[in-house]
Amino acid sequence: MKVLGYQLPGMSSLILWGLLWEIVGRLGVTFFIPPLSEVFQTLFSIIGTPVFLKAISETAYAFVAGVTSAIVIGVPVGILMGKSRLLDELLLPWVNIFLSAPLTALVPVLMVLFGFGMKSIIIITTLFAIWIIILNSRAGVMQINRSLVEMAHCFGASPMDAFTKVYFWAALPEILGGIRIGVIRAVKGVIIGQLLISIVGFGALFELYSANFLMGHFWAVLIVLFALAFTISEFLAYLERRVRYYASER
Amino acid sequence: MAMSQTRVAPKRGDEHDVEYAVSVRDVSKNYGDVEALKDLSLDFPRGQLTSILGPSGCGKTTLLKIIAGLLSPTSGEVEVNGKAVTGPGPDRAFVFQDFALLPWASVIRNVAFGLELRGVARSERESIAQKYIQNVGLGGFENSFPHELSGGMRQRVGLARALSVDAQVLLMDEPFSAVDEQTRRKFQEDLLSLVQQESRTFIFVTHSIEEAVYVSDQIAILLPRPSRVSEIIKPTGIRNKGTDDIRRDPEYLDIVDRIWASLRSYVE
Repeated sequence: MKVLGYQLPGMSSLILWGLLWEIVGRLGVTFFIPPLSEVFQTLFSIIGTPVFLKAISETAYAFVAGVTSAIVIGVPVGILMGKSRLLDELLLPWVNIFLSAPLTALVPVLMVLFGFGMKSIIIITTLFAIWIIILNSRAGVMQINRSLVEMAHCFGASPMDAFTKVYFWAALPEILGGIRIGVIRAVKGVIIGQLLISIVGFGALFELYSANFLMGHFWAVLIVLFALAFTISEFLAYLERRVRYYASER
Repeated sequence: MAMSQTRVAPKRGDEHDVEYAVSVRDVSKNYGDVEALKDLSLDFPRGQLTSILGPSGCGKTTLLKIIAGLLSPTSGEVEVNGKAVTGPGPDRAFVFQDFALLPWASVIRNVAFGLELRGVARSERESIAQKYIQNVGLGGFENSFPHELSGGMRQRVGLARALSVDAQVLLMDEPFSAVDEQTRRKFQEDLLSLVQQESRTFIFVTHSIEEAVYVSDQIAILLPRPSRVSEIIKPTGIRNKGTDDIRRDPEYLDIVDRIWASLRSYVE
């Protein structure tokens, strides 16, 4: 963005919105919006507390476990679907249904099946992330240059070698793109799980602060969460760009 | 005119197994109702370069992929060194029209990739790759990546990869069609000396008449719908000339003219 001939650094528009928030907060329009400066003060005061650290570690645990299983299951399934016509016909309708389905509605079913604990939260996180990862890995494998596949075949690649040395790398930009979107969806999944299944982690903090009208605390936790999700997503986008650079001439 | 020319006569019998590296016998290939190849027979003399020349859509690439084992013929068979082809094998290596390099791998890894797939130890395969990188004139580019190279240099990588697996038969699918004219000429000259240095059998698909006459020991002309070998031409007289003199040689020009005369009616 350029203002009066000066090149402003990226995301400097945030300063404007932050100012607006501060003004609205100081005017005391609603208790719901405390001034931004107060929110940040609260943020720094709670960030080291045991309650907060417990919440963030519980959330991180569910998130990492959910995302890891989504990747570990999703990527190979997607690659196999892209390579096997039969598997594709069998699974694709389900993947598409679950991708667009309101997964929150499944939460009661999961609670019946897997109980009220961490297990259900991890599973709902996985369910939020996995479908787009499968779909993108599949798309990535299907667009691999035909002569690259023939090359692997010609030079005598075993099926395992072809997967690990050619197909996986050739599809990597799409796979990473899927993982990035999946991770963003997993943030949704883990918070929904913590709010609906069992009140732990960040979900518990949201519940606690909003029930007691501690809006400063509420916003502080929300900002931390947004910042974390944004950082992870940007990091994956950076990886994706690097890989795309090497894979540009496919 | 010192041009020898033979009508197609499928040769059979054991005495040719030594003479011919590859024999294609009565091969037909159908795609649904479309006959791409019909009862095609062709022999490829050992240690020579045979080009397969014809108008587009005449099944040149189909024939090459059948020899490579990437496609299976509807009927008929292909023998390489007397053994029937059932799939890709270490006795043949392929050079692709669009290079088919691994974009995420360096030149040396790309060249050594065929050996890597065969389980050759890293130090060994890299020293072999190194030798062929020098041979194709890419010394100094070992650690470059394909996207840093020009089209011509990329095809040299593809060529070095095919050479380094030590296959007796090199299959080249219009290898120079994606590079510019000047690079292509240089390539053709280099290919001539390569054929002389390496005692391997080259099978070369092209749609360029001049290119075929310039580089070939034997030219098989394919005519389309359904494809068959219409003529085999051996430009023997110009093979011993220097690379610079071939294009001015009357025999070269005669053969180019003759081939064009027989192909022109098939070109839309």
